[in-house]
Amino acid sequence: MVFTLKINGAPHEVDVDGDTPLLWVLRDVLGMTGTKFGCGQALCGACTVHLDGQAVRSCQTPVDSVGDSAVTTIEAIGQTPQGAALQKAWLELEVVQCGYCQSGQIMSAAALLKDTPKPTDSDIDAAMSGNVCRCGTYHRIRAAIKHAAGV
Amino acid sequence: MMDGPIPREQITDKAAVSRRAVLQGAGLLLGFALTDASTEPIFAAPASRVVENEVAATFAPNGFIRINPTGAVTLVMPMVEMGQGVYTSLSMLLAEELEVKLDQIQVQHAPPNHALYANSIIGIQNTGGSASVRAFWTPLRQAGAVGRNLLIAAAAKRWNVDPVTCRAKDGVVFDATGSKHLSYGELVNAAAKLPVPSSANVKLKDPKDFTLIGTRAKRVDSAIKVDGRALYGIDARLPGMKLAAVAISPVLGGKAKTVDEKAALAVKGVRQVVNIDEAVAVIADHTGAAKKGLEAAAITWDDGPNGKVNSADIVKQLEEESTKPGAVARNEGDAGKALAEAAQRVAAIYQVPFLAHATMEPMNCTVHLQKDRCDIWVGTQAPTITQSVVAELTGLPKDAIKIHNHLIGGGFGRRLEADGTVLAVKIARHVDGPVKVIWSREEDIQHDMYRPYYLDRLSAGLDAAGNPVAWTHRIAGSSVMARYYPPYVKDGLDPDAVEAAAEPPYALPNIHVDFVRVEPPGVRTSWWRGVGPTHNVFVVESFIDELAYAAKQDPVAYRKGLLGHNPRALAVLSLAAEKAEWGSPLPARHGRGISVQFAYGSYTSQVAEVEVAADGSVKVKRIVCAIDCGMYVNPDTIEAQVQGGTLFGLTAARHGSITFKDGRVEQGNFDTYLPMRIDEVPLVETHVIRNAEAPGGVGEAPTAIVSAAVTNAIFAATGKRVRKLPIDSDSLKSSS
Ligand code: FES
Ligand code: FES
Repeated sequence: MVFTLKINGAPHEVDVDGDTPLLWVLRDVLGMTGTKFGCGQALCGACTVHLDGQAVRSCQTPVDSVGDSAVTTIEAIGQTPQGAALQKAWLELEVVQCGYCQSGQIMSAAALLKDTPKPTDSDIDAAMSGNVCRCGTYHRIRAAIKHAAGV
Repeated sequence: MMDGPIPREQITDKAAVSRRAVLQGAGLLLGFALTDASTEPIFAAPASRVVENEVAATFAPNGFIRINPTGAVTLVMPMVEMGQGVYTSLSMLLAEELEVKLDQIQVQHAPPNHALYANSIIGIQNTGGSASVRAFWTPLRQAGAVGRNLLIAAAAKRWNVDPVTCRAKDGVVFDATGSKHLSYGELVNAAAKLPVPSSANVKLKDPKDFTLIGTRAKRVDSAIKVDGRALYGIDARLPGMKLAAVAISPVLGGKAKTVDEKAALAVKGVRQVVNIDEAVAVIADHTGAAKKGLEAAAITWDDGPNGKVNSADIVKQLEEESTKPGAVARNEGDAGKALAEAAQRVAAIYQVPFLAHATMEPMNCTVHLQKDRCDIWVGTQAPTITQSVVAELTGLPKDAIKIHNHLIGGGFGRRLEADGTVLAVKIARHVDGPVKVIWSREEDIQHDMYRPYYLDRLSAGLDAAGNPVAWTHRIAGSSVMARYYPPYVKDGLDPDAVEAAAEPPYALPNIHVDFVRVEPPGVRTSWWRGVGPTHNVFVVESFIDELAYAAKQDPVAYRKGLLGHNPRALAVLSLAAEKAEWGSPLPARHGRGISVQFAYGSYTSQVAEVEVAADGSVKVKRIVCAIDCGMYVNPDTIEAQVQGGTLFGLTAARHGSITFKDGRVEQGNFDTYLPMRIDEVPLVETHVIRNAEAPGGVGEAPTAIVSAAVTNAIFAATGKRVRKLPIDSDSLKSSS
């Protein structure tokens, strides 16, 4: 089936089964490899994208459920104020190690700051505990979110 | 139903073009722009500093430096970046002597080339063992100095002056007055024609003159990792590429019995089913279709000889074999006699489980096998091994095997093994054109090569004052070294399996340490971050803690008494204890524990502070780490490695365990092989000792040391000794 997806402001037509996870449409069909595969079961957050500003796990989002929603990925999150502030904080505080989880971390953090501009530690725990980092950059992720939020 | 294929080639071509455009993007625009329309900061992405393909350049005086007439400086990285910061630290070593600023350079993944890029400590071009900075500390500074000397010589020749009157800074050569200057780009044509001096003859800077080494320089790979541009092996894309999902026999040595190919092929986008007995792959236009096809294939398996493998039997075998003497790692004095005559005897058995690596980037490999060449796109810690293995498998000559290395989404030792590449090549033999094989997370965890299960027997004798007069330690488990680097195993002694056990940092007058090799059936074992010491430091530091309590002494004071001959170990121990306020009062069921280690050329000590609730649940509140890694390159990287490495070890101590039932791994995804998450993270403090000792490794030290600090703290809080990992909270319930 042909679906027209609105991704990072531009329409994209894809012809796949409706139950195809959005993750593979982004990565394999459209070549947008910034969104990562980590578990396929909504357990790690590596594949996080935004649907109308809400963080979702694209590995568990069938393409036929996206409809008209605006999809935002890591490639364009820097064009939002939260995304830009977070990316800047990430660089200033040298958060990344291998970096593989960081697309998802930044996408989850951007959704958090959009709803909760001044998050507390427990807000951060709640919003970010779905994102796994095997390199253990959690100290710096927390510090960078606070830095970006100015708290 | 089968609709027409999507125009994949067009899409991939476009992606490839834009990727090249990014890589060749003009200049190094660092920093952030403010739009004039609003005060919202919009992220202005700095150009990528990591180049994917080999750079040809006018000036290439050695394997590491490439400068072309535009002035672009490329440093070829002999070791791979998997998060440990090595692209930054190795660049700093080169840039310091080459006299270029770190933000003037870009880095390139080295191709496999033993002669140019082997790690002198490991003996091959492998990234591991916390050995990168240690091995390349001198060679890369020499390489940089050779480059600088040649560029200065070229300028001096042009100006007709003595080279010693000239100096270089930030990629420019100046004459004695500073009025004449030429950039490196302007000099490369002339410099390339000069004879290259021997690297042993160039003069290196006195460490006190370093301007870059020792600073908190910014990572060279950060910018592309915050906006999705970083390319890992899993991101490889080629014109006409197909995607494969794979199911590997759940039991090692088993074979596919039935495969419903028709059902798999009926899935839209599926192109082909490849059955290679040990595994079945479904090849499709995208991974979504490949996975759906794999499920539809409803594969059944013949388990083969390992269908009865169970964890309980593996442990039983270790229990039995460890009663027999092993290969002797150390024998000093007469431990048996001293034990018999001791005033007090202590004995214990320790066990650590099989561990998976669970790197965030699941196993993957892209292969294009053609008649006369084989291209491999992968992130590997072992490029030369991978090249050799593929040459053997395909029958092609080594130089026909092109390894396109990538950034690695977490290595931890997993990418020292070529098994993922071998499997992908076996699949690619049946596929026309390039194919990318991606393992599911379940395949990744269930077909890992695990940190071995070890069982250790220890005994010690104390004199009347509580000092140890006898120490025996027998380690039983798999030998990774015997499979991976057999020449390093002499008379059955695996030096990795006994590292940090054969030479504990303490004064132990009568000591006997031996190793019994026991290979578990149906289980593949391999290197895991921290290797031998990760297991041995847990055991040795727990047991020395047992001795301190048996001697009714404070664990820090007891260790100090045994470290008089070892000033660097004593210094990290004292610093960690002091910073953690060792001895200050704590509430009930709270405790502090300490551990100390010498491994990877570095001295490390940690104090953990824990709280154990009445229901046995453990909260690790704070870890204080003191580290002496000699002369260091980047203190920010050390701090990052202490934070991340500590959490990696702590995750394993708390949650990590791979178990087998009927030949199958019982864990599968992050719901059964638990990672640490942000809400579980303790404070981690890093204190680095500065001195002029030879550089030591950092990436694995905090991983190896943390478990004992935590379990010793649990003992202090509860009086219960944890002798088996992972920590079982049920055993820590308050009995009152
Ligand atoms: S890949 Fe989607 S949550 Fe892990
Ligand atoms: S930075 Fe490596 S997994 Fe998070």
